[in-house]
Amino acid sequence: MLKEIGVQSVEELFVDIPQRIRLKKKLQLPSAKSEYHIRKEVEAILSRNKACGELISFLGAGCWPHYVPAVCDEINSRSEFLTAYAGDVYSDLGRYQAFFEFQSMIGDLVAMDVVSFPWYGWGNVSGDSARMAVMITDRHEILTPHTVSPDRLSIMRGHCEGLADIKLIKNDPVTGQVSLEDLKSKISSKTAAVHIENPTYLGFIESQCKEISEIAHDHGALFTVGVEPLSLGVFAAPGEYGADIVCGEGQPLGMHMNFGGGLLGFLACKDDERFVSAMPHRLITITTTERKGEWGFTYVLPERTMFAARDKAKSFTGTATALWAITAAVYLSLLGPNGLRELAEVIMQKSHYAIKQMSEIGGIKIPVFNSCHFEEFTANFDATGKTVSQVNRVLLNSGVIGGKDVTEEFPELGNTALYCVTEMHAKADIDKLAAALEEAIR
Amino acid sequence: MRDTESTGYHAVSWKEPIVHQLSRKRRRGHQVPLAENELRAAIGDVTSSIPEKMRRKHPPELPELSEPDVVRHYIRLSQETYGVDSGIHMHGTCTMKYSPKLNEYITRSPKVADLHPLQAVETVQGALQIMYEFQKWLCELSGMAEFSLQPRGGAHAVFGNARIIRAYHKLNGEIEQRKEIVTTVLSHPCNGGSPATAGFEVVTLYPNEETGYPDIEALKAAVSSRTAGLMMTDPYDTGIFDSNLEEYIKIVHEAGGLVAIDQANANSLLGRLRIGDVGSDLCHFNLHKSFSTPHGSTGPGTAAIGASEKLSKFLPIPTVKFDGNSYSLDYNRPHSIGKLGEFYGVFPNVLRAYAWMMAMGAEGLEEASEVAVINNNYLLRKLLKVRGVSLPWYESHPFRLQEARFSLQKLHEETGIGVADVNRRIVDYGIQDMETSHEPWIIPEPFTPEPPETTPKEDLDRFAEVIDAISHEAYASPEVVRTAPHNAAISKIDRAPSRDPQKWAMTWRAYLRKARSDKC
Repeated sequence: MLKEIGVQSVEELFVDIPQRIRLKKKLQLPSAKSEYHIRKEVEAILSRNKACGELISFLGAGCWPHYVPAVCDEINSRSEFLTAYAGDVYSDLGRYQAFFEFQSMIGDLVAMDVVSFPWYGWGNVSGDSARMAVMITDRHEILTPHTVSPDRLSIMRGHCEGLADIKLIKNDPVTGQVSLEDLKSKISSKTAAVHIENPTYLGFIESQCKEISEIAHDHGALFTVGVEPLSLGVFAAPGEYGADIVCGEGQPLGMHMNFGGGLLGFLACKDDERFVSAMPHRLITITTTERKGEWGFTYVLPERTMFAARDKAKSFTGTATALWAITAAVYLSLLGPNGLRELAEVIMQKSHYAIKQMSEIGGIKIPVFNSCHFEEFTANFDATGKTVSQVNRVLLNSGVIGGKDVTEEFPELGNTALYCVTEMHAKADIDKLAAALEEAIR
Repeated sequence: MRDTESTGYHAVSWKEPIVHQLSRKRRRGHQVPLAENELRAAIGDVTSSIPEKMRRKHPPELPELSEPDVVRHYIRLSQETYGVDSGIHMHGTCTMKYSPKLNEYITRSPKVADLHPLQAVETVQGALQIMYEFQKWLCELSGMAEFSLQPRGGAHAVFGNARIIRAYHKLNGEIEQRKEIVTTVLSHPCNGGSPATAGFEVVTLYPNEETGYPDIEALKAAVSSRTAGLMMTDPYDTGIFDSNLEEYIKIVHEAGGLVAIDQANANSLLGRLRIGDVGSDLCHFNLHKSFSTPHGSTGPGTAAIGASEKLSKFLPIPTVKFDGNSYSLDYNRPHSIGKLGEFYGVFPNVLRAYAWMMAMGAEGLEEASEVAVINNNYLLRKLLKVRGVSLPWYESHPFRLQEARFSLQKLHEETGIGVADVNRRIVDYGIQDMETSHEPWIIPEPFTPEPPETTPKEDLDRFAEVIDAISHEAYASPEVVRTAPHNAAISKIDRAPSRDPQKWAMTWRAYLRKARSDKC
């Protein structure tokens, strides 16, 4: 090959890299190993992890334990999907169709007509929603409840730095619901959007969506909503209660938790040109071809994204979470409308059973907020005289991972943990938690 | 006219309906694990606690299918998708190298899949060890002081770097003054788009017609006390290394700015050049490019941000710490830009890249670089023999690094056939279409093949043969190319819905609504 190129040595090919800036030493890295040795060594390291199947975990807070049907892993292991990337529709028709189906089924769930290509996670699409609202309204302030996820708030703020201020609205200390009085006092002609999460980070359902939507719209602001999708099997869809932009976290739709690596943000909006133009990510539309009976797919307004507009784009975009979008499409077609409703009901039965068992111990205030809950709920340990970390340490000795400690995130709630119970928890697991808690607070 | 069947290839073509069209009432593909009777008896009807106005009144109009229906549908769609494992796939700027199967196997272990990111650190020591060691290896490979593995794609990492640049100037009280990021037009688009998202104004430099990169004088003219930093890609997607780099870095530093070099495609530099040694303050590597993690049909990816000693305190939280005994997550970094995304990024990709580096070793990395560069220059020589193909800046840069950006301008002028036509026709030969160029097309009718080290010589020969065959077709029977594809899963699509709000439909529900109103 060098002969064909017309050089004596490979060094000649690197002529553009100035000698003076080249690395003069050998890299200090481990030497090459065989597949057998890599597997042995990596498995030995991984064996130091204790997975959620080995312990009983009650952690959620943005990454939730749900059952992943075998079909999901079968399809996302297909090497065509796994190893494709950026080909056009003629070589990659199948993945375009799967993306369109992902967009369609998310649209069904949230009741919106436009859904974009998938994105990193709920935090980043919350940031995109805020930026879209700023672009659409030309206003530079976002209002969001104080109970919003602190991580997602921090990511949103990162996306809005220098562009918009994010101001917090108070919530009712008893129910957790947004204080409509405080919202009314803070909303103004500067407000681009009122953004809520449902279910909220702290697990309860915000029920005043219609009212919040009306207040926002009366002031010329948008109403943007972040959602956990499985809850939409039983709870109203944001598109039904006035949302203009919807975002959320698709990890529950067939993705393993993967130490946080299974996240899948989705972003939806009204089918309105102003909204579509403000979308930062790829959008796939269905179309036809020259032959009858074939579906084709193509990008909508491609010049709007960073790929073409560079620094004039609304926000950055790029390599996304496509394999998870394909998986979510598989998951939703497996469950269908009835499976989804049934799953949401099972989750509620189990989480409410856990609330009941935990409250019967005595000494734990649970849930902290007097509102309807889905799969997560808060538990306050103030009356036990223990901190959450003390409780969690004792639980771990019994093979139980307690809820996320939110004491630092919400100091006004005292020693409070956020618990998550899903279809993955058997009655025996919940009973074990209750027994271990009883011991831990004694 | 050449027989269109003579390519010897035809893609699978299922004419597969949209999943909603396959729906049959009351079919179900998955049985939900119901709660135990005793549990249900204990709590009664919980859904009655849902406030009436928050109850879902209309079930989502999801399709209803059986498990075999779903499997067959998505297997068919996978067969209509062309991955690295399928055949010749040299989509440039993307480093489509082979992803070893062992790495896939180990990431699917429950010891990875079933880890919750908020578990107590003593229960995730294995995961933290891999993250810690891997970022140390990246430090050795780049000459940087510390890495964050949090970003989920190259544009995310560049956004992170822009925010670090912002945080640095903010700390020094200069952010009001330093509002400009300088970049070059041949850099990846995120080097303009991501800093703009972070609130900067972007100044873009164009290449000199002879050298293929901006003149030092052009950079000097763009840099001032308003400059926050330089964010650019090197080597470029033309396969040309901007050898002014060291000088640029000096100029920007003297003006008080910072430098972030996009190393997304570092495949030609491994073991040969460390961007930290050249003086870059920040960089990023895409694990889904140079480090072999699969592209997943467009993600999830991972891009690791590297920071110099001076800037590592600004990296996103948390970082992984090791005290000689155990690993932990460090959130106590007061100067950090905070979170770029939830948790710690895409851990399975870190694990895959870790295993890949174990297989390569230091010498393997250097060898991979050399083989990739040999592949590219071999292909380049072959493609330059094809009628209608040229290589801008050939005289000044006859040898290229990881890839090269060619032009079909001559072919287009002489036959009317441009790169879009060639890209549809190449699919008829069973080859993945080619990267053209990021916008703007400063090279007319561009195409950018990139043959990484895992591309065998036979594929390079075949690729060049096919480009030659299509060139012959363009001169002898252009209709074959203009009306392509002929052997793909579908025929030429109607792109009109792309910009027509009446016609576009991003969801099936929107499609049905618009189709209905069409009939009225």
